[in-house]
Amino acid sequence: MSKLKSEEEYQKTKAFHFFRWLSGSKDPYLGRVEMKPQKEYVEEETTIQERMWEKEMIRDKVYDTEHNKWLLFFRRFYRIMAVVFCIILAGVLLFTVSYLPPTGNARNPDNNEVAARYIENGMQETGAVNVVTGMILTYRAFDTFGETNVLFIATCCVMIMLMVEDAELKKQEVKNDRRYEPKNDAILQGVATVLVPIIFIFGIYIVLNGHLSPGGGFSGGATMGAGLILYVSAFGFKKTQRFFNEEVYKVAKVSALCMYGLIGIYYYVMGANGLDNHIPLGTAGDIISAGIIFPINICVGIEVACTMYAFYALFRRGGL
Amino acid sequence: MQFFQYILLSFLVVCAISVSLSKKLLNSIMIFMSYSLVMSVIWICLESPDLAITEAAVGAGVTSVLFFVTLKKIHAIEENRKNQEEAGENKENE
Repeated sequence: MSKLKSEEEYQKTKAFHFFRWLSGSKDPYLGRVEMKPQKEYVEEETTIQERMWEKEMIRDKVYDTEHNKWLLFFRRFYRIMAVVFCIILAGVLLFTVSYLPPTGNARNPDNNEVAARYIENGMQETGAVNVVTGMILTYRAFDTFGETNVLFIATCCVMIMLMVEDAELKKQEVKNDRRYEPKNDAILQGVATVLVPIIFIFGIYIVLNGHLSPGGGFSGGATMGAGLILYVSAFGFKKTQRFFNEEVYKVAKVSALCMYGLIGIYYYVMGANGLDNHIPLGTAGDIISAGIIFPINICVGIEVACTMYAFYALFRRGGL
Repeated sequence: MQFFQYILLSFLVVCAISVSLSKKLLNSIMIFMSYSLVMSVIWICLESPDLAITEAAVGAGVTSVLFFVTLKKIHAIEENRKNQEEAGENKENE
């Protein structure tokens, strides 16, 4: 008991709460956190019998195994052949693997002039310290553009299949969204408030440093998407829709893809024909360097983050 | 380091087998998640941090979350829970 403060003032301090919790007179989580006792699932005898009876009835009446000898024979044949097929397949695969060239051998077919050129001239030609990103986004930018398009088309397909347009159904989906989950879970929200900013900053760091350190557009975008999903699952869709709703999503996704396409076209037209490339490479190691890699990384990052979040939202309740 | 990699690889094999053997779908997804996590550590051991970041974010994070949501959508989690609640009520009645 504090002498300096009166009883009422002392009850507001954290020390009072701590000692109250220590002595066990009041549990601060009681009544605030949803708690349910976990119980083991025990099946009753009648339900087991019912199930067994159903199984026997199906076996006897539908398939009629006693009279249908061919079915019995087919079943046994099927089981034996499944095992035999698996063994043969495993044998063939292992046999093929034994013919593969050993790892790290200098005379392997993958160790040719293409890889040598990437490693030797990659940094001068692309300006990226991280050779992997430099290779993916300049020498093979066309492949990466295709991959980004695949992501776009995948989201479109998921939208076509799972998007709920009907107003009545939409209301129902929103209502049923958290039926079997605790609402405003204190632990989840506490963890999310600490982790979400860190995850976002890390994702942005990976995207912006794609040409300097490991990572790039795809990994950074996936990290940011995971952060968005954590935020949604902790705080609900209402809070997320204030900064990331369908309009923002459409604009961000389409403009990122178009931007990538425009940069790619410019690069092919200006660079591939032996003309001067007007995007300066800069000093290798700087944040703003490496020509087209930096903007393309940002585009891919936005695209992937949008895709990840859209998948989650569409799977969950059929709308963003 | 070599020894550590062998431990991780054996864990990977155990995970891969137990995913297909576990009866509950929820448990399978949890094991699949840990498989991805171990895989990302192995990528770091193999000196490819690019892949490790992607594996941790996509394999262990987003894919498993999508699986969970799908399980909820097809009412695979819900029914388990219902059964449990019924069993709990029965016990309380006794």
